[in-house]
Amino acid sequence: MSIRIGVDVGGTNTDAVAFDGKKLLALIKTPTTADVISGVTLAIGQIVNQAKLDVSSVSAVMVGTTHFTNAIVEAKHLLPTAIVRLCGRSTRALPPMRDWPPFLRDIIGGEIFLLNGGHEFDGRLIEKLDLDEIDQTIKRIGELQLQTVAISSVFSPVNACHEKEVSERFSVLLPNVAVSISSEIGRIGLLERENATILNACLRGIADKMIAALNNSIRDLGIEASLFISQNDGTLMSAEYTNRYPIATFASGPTNSMRGAAFLSGQTDCAVIDIGGTTSDIGILRAGFPREASSAVNVGGVRTNFRMPDVHSIGVGGGSIIRTDSGLSVGPDSVGFRIRTEALVFGGSTLTATDLAVAAGRADVGDRSLVAHLDQGMVRDALELIRQKIGTALDAMMTTPEPIPVVLVGGGHIICGDDIPNTSATIRPNNLEVANAVGAAIAQVGSQVDRIVPITPDNRNQAIEQIRHETIARCISAGAIPQSVSIIEIEEVPLAYLPSNSIRIRMRAVGDLDFVK
Amino acid sequence: MRTLNTSSLDHLAVGAALLGAGGGGDPYIGKLLASWAIETYGSPQIVDPSEVPDDALCVMTGSMGAPTVAIERLPGGDELHLALLALERYLGKSITHLVGMEIGGINSMLPIASAARSGLPLVDCDGMGRAFPELQMCTPSLFGILASPMVIADAKGNTVVIDSADNHTAEKMARLITIEMGAVSYIALYPQSGKSLKESMIPRTLAFAENIGAVIAHARAKKVDPLAALLEVTRGVRLFEGKITDVDRRTVHGFARGVVSLSGIGPDTGSTLKVKFQNENLIAEYNGIIVATVPDLICFIEPSTGTPMTTEELRYGLRAAVIGIPCDSRWRTDSGLQLVGPKYFGYDLTYTPIENFVKPT
Repeated sequence: MSIRIGVDVGGTNTDAVAFDGKKLLALIKTPTTADVISGVTLAIGQIVNQAKLDVSSVSAVMVGTTHFTNAIVEAKHLLPTAIVRLCGRSTRALPPMRDWPPFLRDIIGGEIFLLNGGHEFDGRLIEKLDLDEIDQTIKRIGELQLQTVAISSVFSPVNACHEKEVSERFSVLLPNVAVSISSEIGRIGLLERENATILNACLRGIADKMIAALNNSIRDLGIEASLFISQNDGTLMSAEYTNRYPIATFASGPTNSMRGAAFLSGQTDCAVIDIGGTTSDIGILRAGFPREASSAVNVGGVRTNFRMPDVHSIGVGGGSIIRTDSGLSVGPDSVGFRIRTEALVFGGSTLTATDLAVAAGRADVGDRSLVAHLDQGMVRDALELIRQKIGTALDAMMTTPEPIPVVLVGGGHIICGDDIPNTSATIRPNNLEVANAVGAAIAQVGSQVDRIVPITPDNRNQAIEQIRHETIARCISAGAIPQSVSIIEIEEVPLAYLPSNSIRIRMRAVGDLDFVK
Repeated sequence: MRTLNTSSLDHLAVGAALLGAGGGGDPYIGKLLASWAIETYGSPQIVDPSEVPDDALCVMTGSMGAPTVAIERLPGGDELHLALLALERYLGKSITHLVGMEIGGINSMLPIASAARSGLPLVDCDGMGRAFPELQMCTPSLFGILASPMVIADAKGNTVVIDSADNHTAEKMARLITIEMGAVSYIALYPQSGKSLKESMIPRTLAFAENIGAVIAHARAKKVDPLAALLEVTRGVRLFEGKITDVDRRTVHGFARGVVSLSGIGPDTGSTLKVKFQNENLIAEYNGIIVATVPDLICFIEPSTGTPMTTEELRYGLRAAVIGIPCDSRWRTDSGLQLVGPKYFGYDLTYTPIENFVKPT
């Protein structure tokens, strides 16, 4: 037997599921705890009991968590970071962290070093590395007793050799300092990639502690299996990798719920609407993976450009407050987690979207007689308004005019009817309330390469082939079974305002996790 | 005479993005650069063209190259300063005033940074009144003023003087050197007197762009329709409101060409708009009939917030309002249209000023 346990730590609930192959054995919901870990331990313990699992049969535990995002947003437990940029004389007008929120800059900004190095867009050198300068910098970082360093180099997505060389020098001279390099984290766009690298670096301390605690807690339950953490592109990383790249967990929650929706419904190319208590998160699945956001993503007030799912959130959920006094309105405010006391069907005094669904006979939640007095015309109009809001938001996310199927997940799905405009089918899979934990449990491993390459009519295929090889090799080194790896996305963007034919290519691959590794 | 502060830079960035007419690059990096220069060297003095002495030596500054590279190999901060010093050496004269090359996009900000760095006053005017892809497309070209002698510089401290016989040649040479310099370069060009500046340059475009940004911010804060406010301040024409149904992009000779198709919503329900672009938006067709052409500005706006949208960010499904803004009258002359009219961009049509088009019903 090969049992996988998936856990999703959300803001309100910690959900867990157990799978044997593709068969769902058990699911449970427990409240999220302030320390995260005790809630996860409790959830895994309960799932083991409920499914009567033999702990020795568990082959992997996958955890999706918002812990690291919260650490940035709350500015807690972050390490002061040494920031090294390899740039020569270029880029110096815009030093690191210039447009950061000041409080975050004060906490994280340990010391900034602008050094010789970096490349041009076509891989030529901007400046050679100055080895003496690097050794002096490392010595200084040692004197300052900084424990973590973020290294970025101009055009490192094209050529990462400078970042790697400096990283190796750190491992010789200051082996205990945690090194994060930008080419492993973000894409082209120096400030945004550097920002993401700094955020990653400052999380290294809390990542160490969190991973150790999670490992201990599953060992205490007698589980010997490997621990994996969900990344925001719908793939997994090992505990050891998470120590190095905690930032890759950001926004893994919506990704897991989309991937879970795909698995539960059997759809691979569809829209997913995760309707919670306060918001509906809308995303698009292509080949079973969430479409990525193409523009800068703001994390705690910091512009970043690492891969994130393209998710559109609107203020419509099961707890959305319905007002009728000055024209009909839905949300954006919500009774949130207080729905079980405040909604009419639960004996409260606030009219919510859930009350409408019950009054219209769509769902049987709480006490239906408590909404029997509602005017049926108002109920119909308000549900129509919800349908329109969700329909408009969904339409804005679609990239082709052809109708696609939509999969609804999340506890609030009852407020949305089956008649969303421009969709070919509305699917409500079984166990849709734990789609996110399912997404964690079924995740694969993946890789990405983003590069600008000069193209002539003769070498285009060759250049793309070379990037394909590299993408696949990275996926295998991330833990995939080689035969299972496939390229799921290729994007080519021409460079504007230049007569030379350079194009920027982004490629992504995924594969099944090799449990033996 | 006035100075600039951070909030005026915020407004200017929004206005400059609009005046980019879909191109010109995102002014975000430019804004960071200008705010760095102001913090480091103090705000430059912004002077009105009428305040410039006739015997002043005025020089345009800006950058050229690929916006995709500009977001990675950021400016070192001294490039334009070195370019100005080299130009002074070549001319054997001191430069007294700086002017902008292109108010649309990232180049709106570079002259501010370079004026702060060099301590020279910046004249409130520019050579395009919008964004254009080539350096001969500046209004001084229409008055027989040469882009040369010009200096092209990079962050490593390299400067190259181009002294070409005509402005098209200057563009071609500068483009080649730009690639050698890593696909982004910094340029000082069109040296001219204060007397000729008053005639050849488009006046008060910094104030115009800043005002556009302020109007959008004000409409947003008051929760009123930003589009109506925008049309008023730009003397613009509302062309369309709809949903993008297709974006067809391809690269021709290094330029991102393509067509955006929209299907109408609200008052435009049942109609379509097609916008053809080459980095900047060039031609708008309403139900197959042309309603706006270059050099008038065709601009995409996010309808609920009034935020300008560049062609790079357009994609299927986005809601957009499209407006037309009259270009400067210098572009509407025969020689202006020869330089930047529809024919130059490969469209065999006669230019009609945007306010004279009648939208089909």
